[in-house]
Amino acid sequence: MYTETEIIKDTTNLGPDGELVVNMGPQHPATHGVLHLVVTLNGETIKKIEPHLGYIHRSIEKMCESLTYRQFIYVTSRMDYLSSHINNTACALLIEKGMQIEVPERAKVVRTILNELTRIASHELWIGAMAMDLGAFTPFFYAFREREMITDIMEDTCGARLTMNYIVPGGLMYDIHPDFQTKVKAFVKQFKEKVTEYEDLVTGNVIFQSRTKGVGVLTTEDAISYGCTGPVARASGVSCDIRKIAPYDAYDRVEFDEVIETAGDSFSRYMVRVKEMNQSIRIIEQLIDNIPEGDFVGKTKNVLKLAKGEFYQRVETARGELGVYIVSEGATTPYRIKFRSPGFSNLSVLDHIAKGSKIGDLMATMGTLDLVIPDIDR
Amino acid sequence: MTNEEIKTYITAHTPEATYDEAGEWLTILIESNHLKPLAAVLRGQPMQLDFLFCLTCIDYKTHLTMVYHLTSTSNRNINIVLKANVNIGDPIIETVSDLWRTAEFLEREVFEMFGVDFLHHPDLRRLILEEDFKGFPLRKDFEDPINMIKL
Repeated sequence: MYTETEIIKDTTNLGPDGELVVNMGPQHPATHGVLHLVVTLNGETIKKIEPHLGYIHRSIEKMCESLTYRQFIYVTSRMDYLSSHINNTACALLIEKGMQIEVPERAKVVRTILNELTRIASHELWIGAMAMDLGAFTPFFYAFREREMITDIMEDTCGARLTMNYIVPGGLMYDIHPDFQTKVKAFVKQFKEKVTEYEDLVTGNVIFQSRTKGVGVLTTEDAISYGCTGPVARASGVSCDIRKIAPYDAYDRVEFDEVIETAGDSFSRYMVRVKEMNQSIRIIEQLIDNIPEGDFVGKTKNVLKLAKGEFYQRVETARGELGVYIVSEGATTPYRIKFRSPGFSNLSVLDHIAKGSKIGDLMATMGTLDLVIPDIDR
Repeated sequence: MTNEEIKTYITAHTPEATYDEAGEWLTILIESNHLKPLAAVLRGQPMQLDFLFCLTCIDYKTHLTMVYHLTSTSNRNINIVLKANVNIGDPIIETVSDLWRTAEFLEREVFEMFGVDFLHHPDLRRLILEEDFKGFPLRKDFEDPINMIKL
């Protein structure tokens, strides 16, 4: 039905029970990427949502089978481009685990700071974009003001503002910029002053609350069964923070709380992300003055080879649990590589939670799932 | 539960299962016809492995292997890798999407990338690839006519 282009002139006869099929995307401003949803409607009520993926599928898993262990990390920055540092960390950690490479403390701490800055930048972008989907344009500019400071720090550190490649097996590619600490501290100071503005602008807003509270409710059981992770699952009361379950880098020595809400609706997902930004700031504050001196990269061989076997590494990206699964035959390239992307599982729940709601609420539900399409398609 | 206890418990249900403890987590190896009963045992009491966090397939040229990574949200210390060998000539295996709903999408991905048929899957269609695409891209014998890396 959706493959044929036709203009419906006679709306009296729309198939069984007045069903109407609407294509949302792949060029829809609120999908923030090339996501194609085929929505079956009865009046304004959603009966079914079928995601059609693959518009940005690059077959990263197949590509990585031809790339060496030093090369494939750069491809992963293009999966979830808002969490590129965290994706790179996952790959680097896996190789370090597989080859027993000793990582210097300095690299561990800098990685953790960068991961948290990435998380804040990602959530900032999300807040702006989601508020814009719901009709509020101003939060976008407020959020981007602070996000700009983070992208500037990233640019100083590794030369790129998006799709950063800085984390390599063994530590970091270069040492940090001399201004790194000063700039991060300036950012932390500004963020703490300005974060109340988001709360004033968005959280307490009556229109925002009535559009998100009770919309797209995901129960705890469904969140677990659908494999949801990250803020989506934590808003439904599932404790799933990999930074707590299996700490990596410097997460075992910092204090932070895992943010958990229990309502499971769109508003809870919003609150989890806002509170998570504050926790990220807390982590950065604990580490920024205590970056140990020393090497920024450990000793590694020129050619990396993983021993025959299987390796799995999990990290917490801004969207949830990213898993890297490598099957090695002892060669310089992986035999099989699988990326368990958080967006893929979070998308699969969309049909379940949006069914029965009005099409206008789909924006709030989909927006709060925080989907990044290149991460889903890979 | 320790690995030994898990092994004793599983052997009581599926005597054919073999184990591999070389990796980070306990790996259970079975043939495809034992998958569904064993998966139901793992999902139920007392193991309660309710979280399927990774489902994928590996092409070993002689056979395909389905890999299920399982953990429990009530006890995060238990991580189990379940592996089921599938005949490459006639790849058919039971779906686990009724036990873990996340498997529905993940199995659709494996279906189009490896050509594995999932019995009793509610909606087995292509998810990422286009309708007229020929071949199974993630299999080892698949040759892309335009390989950007080998160019």
